Amino acid sequence: MATKGKHIDRTKQVIVIRDLHKSFGTNHVLRGIDLDIYQGENVVVLGRSGTGKSVLIKIIAGLLKPDKGSVNVLGNNVAAISYRELEQLRLRIGFSFQSSALYDSMTVRENLEFPLLRNSKHLSAKQVNQAVEEALEAVGLSQTINQWPAELSGGQRKRIGIARTLIMQPAIMLYDEPTAGLDPITSMEINDLINEVQQRYNTSSIIITHDLTCAKTTGDRVAVLLDGRFVQEGTFEDVFNSGDERLKSFYDYNFIT
Amino acid sequence: MDDASMKLKQKQPRRYVISRKLDAFFFDVYAFGQFIARFFRNLFLPPYEFKEIIRQCYMIGVKSLPLITLTGFITGIVFTKQSRPSLSEFGATSWLPSLVAIAIIRALAPLVTGLITAGKVGSNIGAELGSMKVTEQIDAMEVSATNPFKFLVVTRVIATTCMVPLLMLYMAVVALLGAFVNVHSNEQTSFISFIENGFHSIIFLDIFSSVLKSIVFGFTIGIVSCYQGYTTTQGTQGVGRAANTSVVLAMFLIFIEEIIIVQITNWFRVT
Repeated sequence: MATKGKHIDRTKQVIVIRDLHKSFGTNHVLRGIDLDIYQGENVVVLGRSGTGKSVLIKIIAGLLKPDKGSVNVLGNNVAAISYRELEQLRLRIGFSFQSSALYDSMTVRENLEFPLLRNSKHLSAKQVNQAVEEALEAVGLSQTINQWPAELSGGQRKRIGIARTLIMQPAIMLYDEPTAGLDPITSMEINDLINEVQQRYNTSSIIITHDLTCAKTTGDRVAVLLDGRFVQEGTFEDVFNSGDERLKSFYDYNFIT
Repeated sequence: MDDASMKLKQKQPRRYVISRKLDAFFFDVYAFGQFIARFFRNLFLPPYEFKEIIRQCYMIGVKSLPLITLTGFITGIVFTKQSRPSLSEFGATSWLPSLVAIAIIRALAPLVTGLITAGKVGSNIGAELGSMKVTEQIDAMEVSATNPFKFLVVTRVIATTCMVPLLMLYMAVVALLGAFVNVHSNEQTSFISFIENGFHSIIFLDIFSSVLKSIVFGFTIGIVSCYQGYTTTQGTQGVGRAANTSVVLAMFLIFIEEIIIVQITNWFRVT
């Protein structure tokens, strides 16, 4: 796979989040989040289950509305734009779901064709076929093209889910627990794939995880979400050398010290 | 709101307008009303998803044909067989084709088709959309810049609304065929004679009201099962509940609608 190499443009912000709040009933999940993501940067959001990590990326993708604060994605205020503008913005955002979310009633080929046929109607059948084959090749699963999602392993499903988002060549990738439920070897393959996607397509990514190996391997920057706020931010080494007691058990569990 | 005030709010007893169950019932009715309004808002907005509508018509209509054929044929035979003793007591077995035709076209065909479709198609739609919801496939569709409501809900409701009347007409034909088989084997009535006698008492209003009923039943099956599936919560348990509630609620509403439409058409019949 040809790679361009990492190029993070610190002058160009692709996501700007300010004072973001979100509640579900009496459960105040996000309590004033501020976050900037730069062009070509992989940012890992770490945190315990139920701290609102997935809620954060669902707000970025416009699947949930924030209660307060602003979320600016590629120059668009997600909460303020029309549904049609949001649809156009979503074409530039790739979302890899925790459950992969492949369409059960479609083959791998049909899953990959789905966003392309609906949003790039000018493409010929040959061009669509070529795009599908390229996306599958990028995730190393060309042989699964005619299989059904139920016939794939968990790791393969994750990869196909990523391929389905890559086919639209997004500027931003949002990964929700990309290594959850996978064995260590498959997890490393997914981590490598995340880095390859960043280098090949120069995407900016938010990776939601509580897997520290994933965080260390893929993250240019790590932000730790606790009690609805970011309590630490920096490189992996900066965060875990800070001596913050709240992160100790996290580190100990992942690296069995 | 700070932590202390949040805890205080959680400790306060929750107040209900009427009672917990009644409040929840009226909230559900309101949410269902909003869902129907959303359907009509989306119905006339592009894109129109013709390809998916045709696919759903095939899935709902063509795939239901074997069950409808079997049910219709048996209904025709059994109804004729059960009606004969009562008519023969008065020496009126010659009225059998007319009685059977009226019963099938006015009542049995729309009602049985509605109930069979609610069971087969309603549970299928409820379970399919429910599992798509809990496995985030609907969210995935939304982030692929596809309106999942239009693609999944509008197409299915259009398909059920169009296909149930066609299935009803088909069932009426098959049930009449079943009735003819029984009449022919007992009274040696010819097919021409059976049809002439059968349709002697049928008027346009009978067929119109049956088609109208089937359109309403089809819409009900589609919208109820899509609502149950699309709003599923609580994982796989919720999927099972969505499939079950789709069938039960659709059948209940079909009976209510049957009573109302029969009442309305009878007013026209009398006048």
